[in-house]
Amino acid sequence: MKALVAVKRVVDANVKVRVKPDNSGVDLTNVKMSINPFCEIAVEEAIRLKEKGIISEIVVVSVGPKEAQEQLRSSMALGADRAILVETNEEVGALEVSKILKGVVEQEQPQVVLLGKQAIDDDSNQVGQMLAALLGAGQATFASEIVIADGKAQVKREIDGGLQTIELTLPAIVTADLRLNEPRYAKLPDIMKAKKKPLDVKAPSDYGVATGTKLKTIKVEAPAERQAGIKVSSVDELVAKLKEVKVI
Amino acid sequence: MSILVIAEHDNHTLNTATLHVVTAAQKIGGDITLLVAGENVQTVAEQASQVAGIAKVLVADHAVYAHQLAENVAELVASLTGYTHILAASTTTGKNVLPRAAALLDVSMVTDIIAVDAPNVFKRPIYAGNAIATVQSDESIVLGTVRTTAFDAVSAQGGTASIENTDEVKDAGVSSFISEAIVKTERPELAGAKVVVSGGRGVGSAENYHKILDPLADKLGAAQGASRAAVDAGYVPNDMQVGQTGKVVAPELYIAVGISGAIQHLAGMKDSKVIVAINKDEDAPINAVADYWLTGDLNEIVPELVSKI
Repeated sequence: MKALVAVKRVVDANVKVRVKPDNSGVDLTNVKMSINPFCEIAVEEAIRLKEKGIISEIVVVSVGPKEAQEQLRSSMALGADRAILVETNEEVGALEVSKILKGVVEQEQPQVVLLGKQAIDDDSNQVGQMLAALLGAGQATFASEIVIADGKAQVKREIDGGLQTIELTLPAIVTADLRLNEPRYAKLPDIMKAKKKPLDVKAPSDYGVATGTKLKTIKVEAPAERQAGIKVSSVDELVAKLKEVKVI
Repeated sequence: MSILVIAEHDNHTLNTATLHVVTAAQKIGGDITLLVAGENVQTVAEQASQVAGIAKVLVADHAVYAHQLAENVAELVASLTGYTHILAASTTTGKNVLPRAAALLDVSMVTDIIAVDAPNVFKRPIYAGNAIATVQSDESIVLGTVRTTAFDAVSAQGGTASIENTDEVKDAGVSSFISEAIVKTERPELAGAKVVVSGGRGVGSAENYHKILDPLADKLGAAQGASRAAVDAGYVPNDMQVGQTGKVVAPELYIAVGISGAIQHLAGMKDSKVIVAINKDEDAPINAVADYWLTGDLNEIVPELVSKI
């Protein structure tokens, strides 16, 4: 069974981003970029399913700039077999990314598509759900456990009150939550081997999709700064302050 | 303008998250219809009809909607025509269903609306709340999830909406519900609580979390939360996690105990009105957003605090 995993190149999770002075966006020049943490978990899960003998081939795909090859190579160093980069320097909205991924799915015919539940840059949490809709496939979002057997996927989902288990007919779309697994590190020999694994470069037009989005970003601002706080020296002082502002 | 709000419920009770979404809908302006999709949802429909500011309640009562599987509910939502806006709360249910409905309608969607600037212009947080984007939707239908902590709730009483049933039965037939494990608690719901007491890795153990934080939460009538570190260490279940990847809260008072304040945690609580940090580390990032911070051993400070409030 084949698995497709979608990964995104994003600003590293530990970077404190700065808004550009002209409010056109976030300043990403000379900022460390990484694979989106949720995508990393999706890759790890595919590798674990392969190690269990459930999945035979893992294809990783990314929609983005040329530099996203780095994230595809590191996914292959972890254990993915080959990669597809749908290269574009244009802005691509969640709906448009989903349409491109639909094209890739139709070409590759995977039984399971794994994605992260959200990218830590736009925080949209949309692509997995949209892809599932476009394919008419079942979706399991916020997955914390995946069991694949007999042409079905049983997935434990993190929901507001606790956990929910659902069953999907394959092919199915699953988006990974943080607790699904702990991603491994790539070893140096695997990083070397990954350089020889196949990486196809495509364009959005190969899938008949135009880039862009009908959700236009008008401006990006820094959030309102909180006033600097006060260090209190005793519990008594803290209680007095809280009473003063009437929260207790 | 005609707005459809997808009601959040558990087949018995209307979730208060919906009341916040109605406020956001009122800021857009126009007739507001509440959609109640579920199984045996008569009581929810009646509660929905009393919500202030609602024109109509649309009820889809059928076994296929019992657990609000995204595949079935999204098809139902996409089949309901005549609305200019479709909104849901930014809960796990809303985030599961609405993007799927958007793709079925072939439109883009806005996640986590925190302000309405115009009927098609919204503010939303990006980069874990470290930037606020103003976005304009040029789609024919605007779909969006609403961050409930950013809008006040409308009254759950006083409305006199008509109730109308729809016979639409959409069964995509690709998914089924197996089971659910809901964490039971006597405390207020985390997302809507006025006071939240949260513990982090610094509390040391599951036992200590409850020994130290339960009395404080009891005294304040607070909901309990946790950082991801505390959840990962197994101190508390994951539905108590506050942060970018957990719940976003904005209570009157947020007390962070033994929490360092990673970016991902701050994204979930930095809009709280008053933040108190109790930490042994003088340089903890949480102190930078805290209104009041106290450095010391939480095992001594918290019990003392309990005795003095």
